[in-house]
Amino acid sequence: MDSLQLQNIRKSFGSMDVLKGVELDVTRGEFVVFVGPSGCGKSTLLRIIAGLDDQTSGDVRIDGKLMNGVPPAKRGIAMVFQSYALYPHLTVAKNMALALTQEGVAKAEIDTRVATAAAMLRLEALLDRRPSELSGGQRQRVAIGRAIVRQPSLFLFDEPLSNLDAALRGGTRVEIAKLHRQLGATMVYVTHDQIEAMTLADKIVVMNGGVVEQVGRPLELYNRPATKFVAGFIGSPAMNFIDGATAARVNAAAVGVRPEHLVVGRDGSWSGTISHAEHLGADTMLYVEVPEIGLFTARIPGDVAHDVGDIVGLTPQEGRLYRFDREGRTMTG
Amino acid sequence: MMYTTRTSPLTRGVVHLVLVAYTLLCIGPVLLVAINSFKSRAAIFRSPLSLPDATTFDLIGYRTVLGQGVFARYFLNSMIVTLGSLGCVLLFGAMAAFALSEYRFKGNKLLGLYLSLGIMVPIRLGTVAILNMMVASRLVDTHLALILIYTAQGLPVAVFILSEFMQGISKDLKDAGRIDGLSEYTIFFRLVLPLMRPAVATVAVFTMIPIWNDLWFPLIVAPGEATKTVTLGAQVFIGQFVTNWNAVLAALTLAIVPVLVLYLLFSRQLIRGITAGAVK
Ligand SMILES: Nc1ncnc2c1ncn2[C@@H]1O[C@H](COP(=O)(O)OP(=O)(O)OP(=O)(O)O)[C@@H](O)[C@H]1O
Ligand SMILES: [Mg+2]
Repeated sequence: MDSLQLQNIRKSFGSMDVLKGVELDVTRGEFVVFVGPSGCGKSTLLRIIAGLDDQTSGDVRIDGKLMNGVPPAKRGIAMVFQSYALYPHLTVAKNMALALTQEGVAKAEIDTRVATAAAMLRLEALLDRRPSELSGGQRQRVAIGRAIVRQPSLFLFDEPLSNLDAALRGGTRVEIAKLHRQLGATMVYVTHDQIEAMTLADKIVVMNGGVVEQVGRPLELYNRPATKFVAGFIGSPAMNFIDGATAARVNAAAVGVRPEHLVVGRDGSWSGTISHAEHLGADTMLYVEVPEIGLFTARIPGDVAHDVGDIVGLTPQEGRLYRFDREGRTMTG
Repeated sequence: MMYTTRTSPLTRGVVHLVLVAYTLLCIGPVLLVAINSFKSRAAIFRSPLSLPDATTFDLIGYRTVLGQGVFARYFLNSMIVTLGSLGCVLLFGAMAAFALSEYRFKGNKLLGLYLSLGIMVPIRLGTVAILNMMVASRLVDTHLALILIYTAQGLPVAVFILSEFMQGISKDLKDAGRIDGLSEYTIFFRLVLPLMRPAVATVAVFTMIPIWNDLWFPLIVAPGEATKTVTLGAQVFIGQFVTNWNAVLAALTLAIVPVLVLYLLFSRQLIRGITAGAVK
């Protein structure tokens, strides 16, 4: 059965259409990640699923039940916010217990659930502290704990890790993945982070301007992007696009090749001057200025001897050149 | 509080000079009233600016005021009216501000504007109509009459200022409360109001002082002995031909004390309110 079903969801703020007919099915236990440029409506969609905002039209179903107009607390969901949104005047334990107290769950049951969640998130030592006495990472774990104790059928995360520093983000990401395996609950997760999207998701939903561009498994989106937008959005650094005569030669409006699929040699399909090089150890990023076409990014495994000012040739690997038509759709064959 | 300023000593000197001058200007008259309340009548007129000394020190004013048993009653009346109005202004002001900033509905902006309009229209313009209303509803010479009037007088500024602060309260926090099943009232009283303490204290001080000091409405709608406030009570010493200055000054000095206490109660929060955001 579908854990979450969105049918033709539209949302307008005044005269501005933010969501323009979103369709989505999420099966039970799936980890779904929403990605898309800033302002494309990811948070708005999440808030509609949560019941914090009402859709202008369309249906939201959770576990098969129609949820239009049902208040957030009655939807069987839990949400984790970017800003943690912990109750400042309550201790960690009370923060986690509040929803259960509201539901009228028995005291003993509340205590066990809070203890279990605290153990899962290594929060036992912090249960009597207030949010102001916690670090950012601890606060986010409490926020996640507050979601877990409710035992929701659907978890909603809105950029939960973007306030954390890089190291902590990595750690918490792994923890969320582990949590998903342990709980087996359905999770919907909004992020800007490519790595989070690629590593956590069973299914990525790429949104653009209020519509879903493509839905698919991470590698499916990487290998077979349906549109130029998805091709440019998934993968980091972003795909190189070439239009004009080069593209016309293969009957396309534009062609694209990922930085990691460019072979650098003495000569190649395009030749240009290296304008900047980043030596990361494991990889080398070369920024190559090709006359009349533009800047290419190439990612080469290992450390290479090339340096700024060198003239190099770039060739796409066999079968790694994507072609796009005038509407931005990927052309096959 | 640790922060460094990058302004030159000269600018800082000038700023401090202006601040000191302004402080003197504000405190001067109050100090004068307090000083002279401890002097004999002759000394008040002979050298109004000098401090009381052994020869001029006289508690006659206080004896007169406190000798009149009714003054305790007047103080109580002032307290009831001020605290009653303050409570209403803060409660309804904060609730209105919450509704205006939290809920999107048609005419939201317009309603906010309408509620703030009172800032620009002095309530005294409506005195005749208010008096008529009070007479019609038999509220003349009751505390309730004054409380209602002062609530109306204080609400516009309260709604205006509190709405501004309300915008700054994390939306996520309120949403987290909704997801956890808290009612809108619980969200308001348990989550929002505690975070609004500095703003509420600021509004409380600004609202409280004009109410405590008001002479106009007590004189018009509640001049009766049972509901007289301190400011009105002090007027008995001001005659058309002779004024008992000792008693007037003593009464006024005494009248400062309760507001001062209330102010000190709010002030810790107030300072935080004024500098919130400025120093962060
Ligand atoms: N309450 C609101 N009133 C009016 N417009 C809104 C409101 N909430 C969101 N919007 C608009 O809707 C659009 C989508 O906003 P949303 O917050 O969903 O974007 P997002 O995809 O989450 O962006 P980000 O990645 O920056 O978080 C934006 O253009 C935003 O300005
Ligand atoms: Mg967002």
